[in-house]
Amino acid sequence: MSTRGTAAQMTGNRTGIQTSPELAEELIEGATSAAPSSEGGAEEIAESRGEYITEGFPLGSMPVVPASEEGEADEEEVGMAVLLDKLSERLAFERTGTRLYEALLNKCEMLGEAAPGPTLEEIEEIGREELEHFLLLNDTIAGLGGDPTVQSPCADVAGVASMGILQVLTDPRSSMAHCLQAMLTAELTDNAGWELLIKLADNLGYDEMKTEFEAALADEERHLLNVRTWLSESVLDSAEV
Amino acid sequence: MTLDILKEKGIPLDKQKFTWRELVQTPTSKLDDDAFTRVRIILMNGLESEALRFSHATARMMNGDMRLPLAQVRRTEQHQQTMVNWLLPADLSPLETTIGFEQVAIEVTASVAQHEPDEYLAQVYRFGLLEDFDHLYRFSALMDRVMGADANNIIQNYSDIMPGRPTMIEHRAPEDDLRKHYDATTADPLTKIHAVTITAAENQTHDYYMTIGPMFADPIARQLYAEIASIEEQHTTQYESLLDPNETPLEKWLLHEAMEVYNYYGCMQYETNPRIRQIWERFCDYELGHLHMVMDLMKKFEKRDPAELLPQTLPEPIEFESHRQFVRETLNAEVDLRAAGTEFIHKDEEPDRAPNSIAYREQMNSEGSPSEIVAAGYNWTPGTELVEKKSVFAKGASA
Repeated sequence: MSTRGTAAQMTGNRTGIQTSPELAEELIEGATSAAPSSEGGAEEIAESRGEYITEGFPLGSMPVVPASEEGEADEEEVGMAVLLDKLSERLAFERTGTRLYEALLNKCEMLGEAAPGPTLEEIEEIGREELEHFLLLNDTIAGLGGDPTVQSPCADVAGVASMGILQVLTDPRSSMAHCLQAMLTAELTDNAGWELLIKLADNLGYDEMKTEFEAALADEERHLLNVRTWLSESVLDSAEV
Repeated sequence: MTLDILKEKGIPLDKQKFTWRELVQTPTSKLDDDAFTRVRIILMNGLESEALRFSHATARMMNGDMRLPLAQVRRTEQHQQTMVNWLLPADLSPLETTIGFEQVAIEVTASVAQHEPDEYLAQVYRFGLLEDFDHLYRFSALMDRVMGADANNIIQNYSDIMPGRPTMIEHRAPEDDLRKHYDATTADPLTKIHAVTITAAENQTHDYYMTIGPMFADPIARQLYAEIASIEEQHTTQYESLLDPNETPLEKWLLHEAMEVYNYYGCMQYETNPRIRQIWERFCDYELGHLHMVMDLMKKFEKRDPAELLPQTLPEPIEFESHRQFVRETLNAEVDLRAAGTEFIHKDEEPDRAPNSIAYREQMNSEGSPSEIVAAGYNWTPGTELVEKKSVFAKGASA
């Protein structure tokens, strides 16, 4: 993928070893002649990390599950807690997804629509559906007696995992193709997330929820197909093949 | 408070030892720990950072006799800061940590302002409070609108998220940021402790924003950090000017150590996480050790009795709790205050009495105000403003 900007084209990329063969030779000579100060390899890091893992501290927990009806079994409460955790994750993802598509729309508006690539209208359609999905999840959680404003452990992890995507989308220097590559990561994750939610709702006996989520998944499958196609066509086009 | 800091000698410096493994403990939980545990961690990191900053500055200006003890205590303070700061978890993003910093600035300053014995200094704290209060609102808008996340996940309902003295108005000429200092010969010890505490907290906030500002990709986020870091620099200027320059370096060092004892002891009183409470207890003992070492140095080098400078027992600690009512009352009464030299005036007087601040502000804002742009039309809403369909995509959204 090409880098935009005349300055970058003039100076060129300097990160590789072949930027300066003479300096590279000296660098390699120095590194190979040095002896490590300790024995072992990268597995030492895993061992050290392992000590902390075995301490068993969690990232966090779910709030107390909504009061169950009298006589309900504990296992239903467990199921509800897992469902709410995953609903919270999807909600956080769709909420951030709405902001991601706002950033993509912004990028497309500024750079102009390009063929191949999405039109402004196509981005708006996806963004609208991301917002609808967020609102659907908000209502679903509230309907179960949960608190949609909770950041659940899975929502927290999803936020950490998608920080890089946000950085790519909001960077004014990233190209449309860079952004589509990042959005492909988001859409792949999102599709898998909805599939899992549908299975979970089904197994827990929430039939209506399952039907609503299947409609959302159908939207997401279209988003994924679109993003994948735009990216693919854009990259092939830039390679002139 | 029953701690007699003149009698309690804590743990002597040569018994204050660490290992790398011990310094890096499993951090707190962003989700499950109380927001005030995070507030205490951020505050105490700031105070330890100040301990190092002060010690280095002093070492560069003092004779050889003081350099070794300063270096010895500094080594321990370095590791205390590490252990405290590393309690923040990795899933707490830089912006979320920022929300935590502003909550510290609001709730800690509000407590200090209410307990400050000197009315002029109390006014200074209230003045600064309303500006940090506004920063929380601006950063919350950024979090909502760029990340799609809710600042209240961090705030946990304790602090209001709404405009204070608008950040774009906070930019002042340097001459309007300096304040009158307390008189070290007559000031209440609590006045001195407050001034060093708040100076430390604000200085660390400035340094943190200067470090993380460039980590954001979004230009408006970078601009907002640039703008608010500039205010934190003004606040550091304001608060450090409260400190009496006539205090000797040893007197200032003594005060720093007393301030650290006071704050660790306060953290102990309020801490809800037993694992973290143990750290506060341990470091309270370490600071008592430092305090007594400096007391001995003062007797030796200045032939002064440090007891004359210290309170027999510690004053009531900073209240780690919500100060919503006090902040709202202050906001209603004082949002229109401005500064002219060391005095506070109504905004109507600013053109006559602080024209340089107006000129400076107009220059800085002449190509746009990041804090106004990021929060244009913003009202915090539970679960973010997207709950109310405030998005360019809202038109046609059917759910």
